[in-house]
Amino acid sequence: MSYGDLMSMDLPEGLKLIDEEGKRLDGRRADELRPIKIEAGVLRRADGSAYVEMGKNKILAAVYGPRECHPRHLQDPTRAIVQCHYNMLSFSVDDRKRPGPDRRSVEISKIVGEALEYSIFLEQFPRTSIDVYIAVLQANAGTRCAGLTAASVAVADAGIPMRDLIPACAAGKVADTVVLDLNKEEDNFGDADVPLAYIPRTGEILLLQMDGHLTQAEFDRAIELAKGGCTTIYGLQQDALRRRYAFAGGDAQESEQEAGGNEA
Amino acid sequence: MSQRSPLSEVKKGHISTLLSKGKRSDGRNLDEMRPVSIIEGAIETAEGSARMKLGNTEVAVGIKMGVGEPFGDTPNKGVLTTNVELIPMAFEEFESGPPSPMAIELSRVVDRGIRESQMIDLEGLCIEPKKEVWVLYVDIYALDYDGNLFDASSIAAVAALKNTVVPAKRFGKGEDFQLPLRSMPISCTTVKIGDYLVLDPTLEEDEVSSARLTVATDENGDLRAMQKGGNGFFTYEEVKKAIQMSTEAGKAIREKL
Repeated sequence: MSYGDLMSMDLPEGLKLIDEEGKRLDGRRADELRPIKIEAGVLRRADGSAYVEMGKNKILAAVYGPRECHPRHLQDPTRAIVQCHYNMLSFSVDDRKRPGPDRRSVEISKIVGEALEYSIFLEQFPRTSIDVYIAVLQANAGTRCAGLTAASVAVADAGIPMRDLIPACAAGKVADTVVLDLNKEEDNFGDADVPLAYIPRTGEILLLQMDGHLTQAEFDRAIELAKGGCTTIYGLQQDALRRRYAFAGGDAQESEQEAGGNEA
Repeated sequence: MSQRSPLSEVKKGHISTLLSKGKRSDGRNLDEMRPVSIIEGAIETAEGSARMKLGNTEVAVGIKMGVGEPFGDTPNKGVLTTNVELIPMAFEEFESGPPSPMAIELSRVVDRGIRESQMIDLEGLCIEPKKEVWVLYVDIYALDYDGNLFDASSIAAVAALKNTVVPAKRFGKGEDFQLPLRSMPISCTTVKIGDYLVLDPTLEEDEVSSARLTVATDENGDLRAMQKGGNGFFTYEEVKKAIQMSTEAGKAIREKL
């Protein structure tokens, strides 16, 4: 069965996206995220890197720069530019994806790159490029959000001055219920999907898309859920960086104590 | 590989001085591979997969399968396609876009190591002669580059093929079955720096080397594929020595798979 077939198919008989007890296919409640694992500094060659698992999504992000800008005509004499490349590996989906960029990945690269640009003090690095590479090793809905979450940690791991970390996650509508963080089945058979990147500290929304059908009240609920998800992920991003940079002994203890604060 | 910067002359001097004392900058013996770690089957969307680290070099390999038509000259054999992607994530000098000569050489050398060794029983991948066969894609991505992608790619490909299950059920072709394999060729690469031969070069060693020889050997110690690269030369004695080093190292790696 191809991905296209899945998309156009009706819900297979007997498959209930949400059961009588309000539990989803993978056992989650409506407002629950999938299990998330974030690790900073996983690659040696890149200036910064991060690995994120969000449910069955497995995503690597790497950052090079600030470095000389190629192609040269994109250079900005007043600030750095961010060049983001979102790349789904051929085996990350059920039906092999041809390697190389397609229209979907170019669009995702653009909006994720723009969100990152906002978070970085670009004016400190005129004429340079900050190159961000996102590789999706295994996809299961929500890769742009997990990709941005990973990329933001990778930028921090590269030591690039930034306003804040950017967490991202989606909310959507499945079987007449607004739910947080759709998995693949829910994305395929659901009614709406709203990816959101949001900085909890400031309330700034840096990425927002929506497809499907929601009432305005449902949209409000979706944003509320996604904001909650972002707040959780934000904490996990900070933890990942603390684990990476805590010194053995004294400093680790210190960072434990700081974990309650919001200074990162 | 060519000298990229004035620094590499200094580096070359340093590496050569060490070699004359029988040492390498990371402390290895001349005939020693870097530590190998392999995670098999970690990617559920692939029919088979492996993530492999060879020192600081890391690759991810995924096997995808589909149903297609056989080639006219091999009507009863499955179709094998091998592709290495040198994505810019792995190294500052890798660029996106059409594959570089380096990526194409790598793809072809890994492909030969698998194809010509007849590692995969391609006849076992025939569904209906002349009409339908299994198509097998071996996709290799460099994630972190510190030299010797030849060995990392081909060893990881072998590891991924080993845990590949043909998704027959998904395509309505009966029950799933383990990919039929025959032998397990292992590639090991030696480069020449000055008059010394070193196994499994780091990027630094690769950059100051003059020639490279990749040798794939099977469980009997027989030769299954070779590729010489670089603008330097080997004497016949050096080739024999490189073969011997590759055979020994291949044996040790095969035991880990």
